[in-house]
Amino acid sequence: MSGESLSVSGQTNTVVADWAADKQAFHVPWGKLMMWIFLISDTFIFSCFLVGYMNVRRTTTDPWPYPSEVFALELFGQNIPLILIAIMTFILITSSGTMALAVRYAHFRDKQKIFWLMVVTAAFGASFVGMQAFEWTKLIGEGVRPWGNPFGAPQFGSIFFMVTGFHGLHVSCGVIYLLAIAFKVKKGDYDKKNDYSIVEITGLYWHFVDLVWVFIFAFFYLW
Amino acid sequence: MSYIPIADQTDEMHDPHTFIAKYVWSQDHKVIAIQYGTVAVAVGLVALVLSALMRLQLGFPDSFAFIDPAEYYQYVTMHGMIMVVYLLTALFLGGFGNYLIPLQIGARDMVFPFLNMLSFWFYLVSVIILMASFFIPGGPTGAGWTLYPPQAITAGTPGADGGIMLMLASLAVFIIAFTMGGLNYVTTVLQARTHGMTLMRMPLSVWGIFVATILGLFAFPALFVSAVMMTFDNMLGTSFFMPAMVSLGETLDHTGGGPVLFQHLFWFFGHPEVYIVALPAFGLVSDVLSCHARKNIFGYRMMVWAIVAIGGLSFIVWAHHMYVSGMNPYFGFFFAFTTLIIAVPTAIKVYNWVLTLWEGNIRLTVPMLFACGFIFTFVHGGLTGIFLGNVTVDLPLSDTYFVIAHFHMVMGVSPVMVLFAALYHWFPKMSGKMFNVTLGKIHFWATFFGTYAIYLPMHYLGFLGVPRRYYSMGTTDFIPESANTLNANITMAAIWVAVFQLVFIFNMIWSVWRGKKSDPNPWEATTLEWQTPDNPPCHGNWGAELPTVYRWAYEYSVPGVVDDFVPQNIPAKDVKTVDGSPYIGHED
Repeated sequence: MSGESLSVSGQTNTVVADWAADKQAFHVPWGKLMMWIFLISDTFIFSCFLVGYMNVRRTTTDPWPYPSEVFALELFGQNIPLILIAIMTFILITSSGTMALAVRYAHFRDKQKIFWLMVVTAAFGASFVGMQAFEWTKLIGEGVRPWGNPFGAPQFGSIFFMVTGFHGLHVSCGVIYLLAIAFKVKKGDYDKKNDYSIVEITGLYWHFVDLVWVFIFAFFYLW
Repeated sequence: MSYIPIADQTDEMHDPHTFIAKYVWSQDHKVIAIQYGTVAVAVGLVALVLSALMRLQLGFPDSFAFIDPAEYYQYVTMHGMIMVVYLLTALFLGGFGNYLIPLQIGARDMVFPFLNMLSFWFYLVSVIILMASFFIPGGPTGAGWTLYPPQAITAGTPGADGGIMLMLASLAVFIIAFTMGGLNYVTTVLQARTHGMTLMRMPLSVWGIFVATILGLFAFPALFVSAVMMTFDNMLGTSFFMPAMVSLGETLDHTGGGPVLFQHLFWFFGHPEVYIVALPAFGLVSDVLSCHARKNIFGYRMMVWAIVAIGGLSFIVWAHHMYVSGMNPYFGFFFAFTTLIIAVPTAIKVYNWVLTLWEGNIRLTVPMLFACGFIFTFVHGGLTGIFLGNVTVDLPLSDTYFVIAHFHMVMGVSPVMVLFAALYHWFPKMSGKMFNVTLGKIHFWATFFGTYAIYLPMHYLGFLGVPRRYYSMGTTDFIPESANTLNANITMAAIWVAVFQLVFIFNMIWSVWRGKKSDPNPWEATTLEWQTPDNPPCHGNWGAELPTVYRWAYEYSVPGVVDDFVPQNIPAKDVKTVDGSPYIGHED
């Protein structure tokens, strides 16, 4: 708090000055702004999916399956509810931490550390997708299909596979994106202009994918 | 990290040298714009032919053996979808957005040219997928352009197996294409303006395209999601939108889905879509009117805020398309209320256009004729919108020809009028040639009177209660014989209008090929695109140095100045005044 010297009205004046200025409205590289706009657009996609989910859960005539039983895992002879999803969520949140560190080292132009932190982030993401594949396999083995399941409303399987699949696709794309940028960092592609903003832009995407997961987690596993 | 604005960065232009890099896999926004425009006009001609076929059936039922009911519905569906999405959206944003944004804000190109190029190629793929549905067994979908389930994917609807899948796939690809282009348009407007170009000095064309693109980026996701869900309903047997139902004597495997959910998702996209088409039209027509009336646009700031307000409001009115779908009456009240509020900023715009013309030094050029035609058709269609926005008035008029007449006037004819105005206005800049003025005027008067001959009688048919979506009316008690005569007349007018569009196509092609060379600034306009060093502008637009902007885009007929227009990029000291006194402009 102490470091921030701008008062609220001071900040408002800055915003007005930025928007009234020529050349640009935000003091950021265009790529960063473009990523933000894309993420807002993507937010609308996930919001529509989640609203659709809430709607079908209300319209369906069959009872909705009980999440803590469906998503339980048998470990050491005991049924532990939501254990897998807890681990998956923990891993994904941790990957946000390593990504944030990579962005920090991008400010210092420490290529080794950026590279390894991004690779670790990608590895966390890949393991998340792997565990999601495991969860899907388990559910499919128990008879859950997009068009029906033994636990109750057929929409449960439809919406679960669709939304987690769409999110998993985002994570998979993110892993590829992270690795591509990590190797370009290592090669020194960004030294020419000394512009490492791409690391932060990749980070924006990655944090967004994590944030979306928090909502999916809450709506699918806790509701 | 300090960051240098794009306008201040040193340039590294890589001029393309091979033919393929220049004209095929081009990353130049001007070439991409022309590619977008050509494909959009081509696919629009297909939709035009479909509408003529539709009208033949309606005007002369049972006379054309090759049009059976299934085909009629396919014509209707494809006509609607192509016109709204693949022609209007693509031509306004992909075409004019691409061409005008960098030129009017003084940028060398879009911020991410490679993504911009991908945008066009994805659009082309989406068009090819859509056109492919004409050639598969069962043909394209005949579900109506709203694609409402359950009927869109239930056996018995034309194209229920293959056509609808290709339609949904094509829409999904189109949305990806639009997103790639749209990210470019928004970011370019915000970050790549030239020296002196503040947001409130931008021409209204850029404002309209800018806000419309933001609407698109927020509205198309709803269509994307509903397309994905309907694809799964059809291919995997899920029941997102499909209730338990009996069809053709068979109980379907679906259970518990909500068809109204699709309607909400569709119209959450569908209503902003109206403004995705209308806002660029508002912007472009403002510039055309101001330039050819030799007068500044009346109330520039209000025009900008009206565009922004209409854009915002367009997201909270969608259910006025669903008054008869079965909704809580209080929702109807809310949506009627928000719908009528939109009339306020819209009326501000109309008054300002008319006041721009008032006491102007009007030059009745071809673009000006179309722009004035737009004011007529838009006021006309807007007024019938007030009828349909009210729940109690809408209920009897719903699903009649009154609705057809309304939306064709307001978002069919009106944006198309602006498209023609804009195409004629910017044709000399895009091609470097001048079109044939006589042919342009013939095209205008035929189109203007023709469209009135089509749509005015439709209002009357709607009041009679003639329902839309019917292949053939047959004999009923409430439809008099005279309605059939009227329908035949409408068909003749429709074919008349369709034929006269060939005059436009011929004029454009012939003028590119043989037209006489155009002046770099034939309309004596103030905006930056007319001040480029080359005509048409070459790669990089501005030569060695970016232009500097000194004022807004509407400095026309300034008292005491020798020329009746002052371009945006001329410093005040270089403006010649009649008595040699220093020039004091709008903002100086």
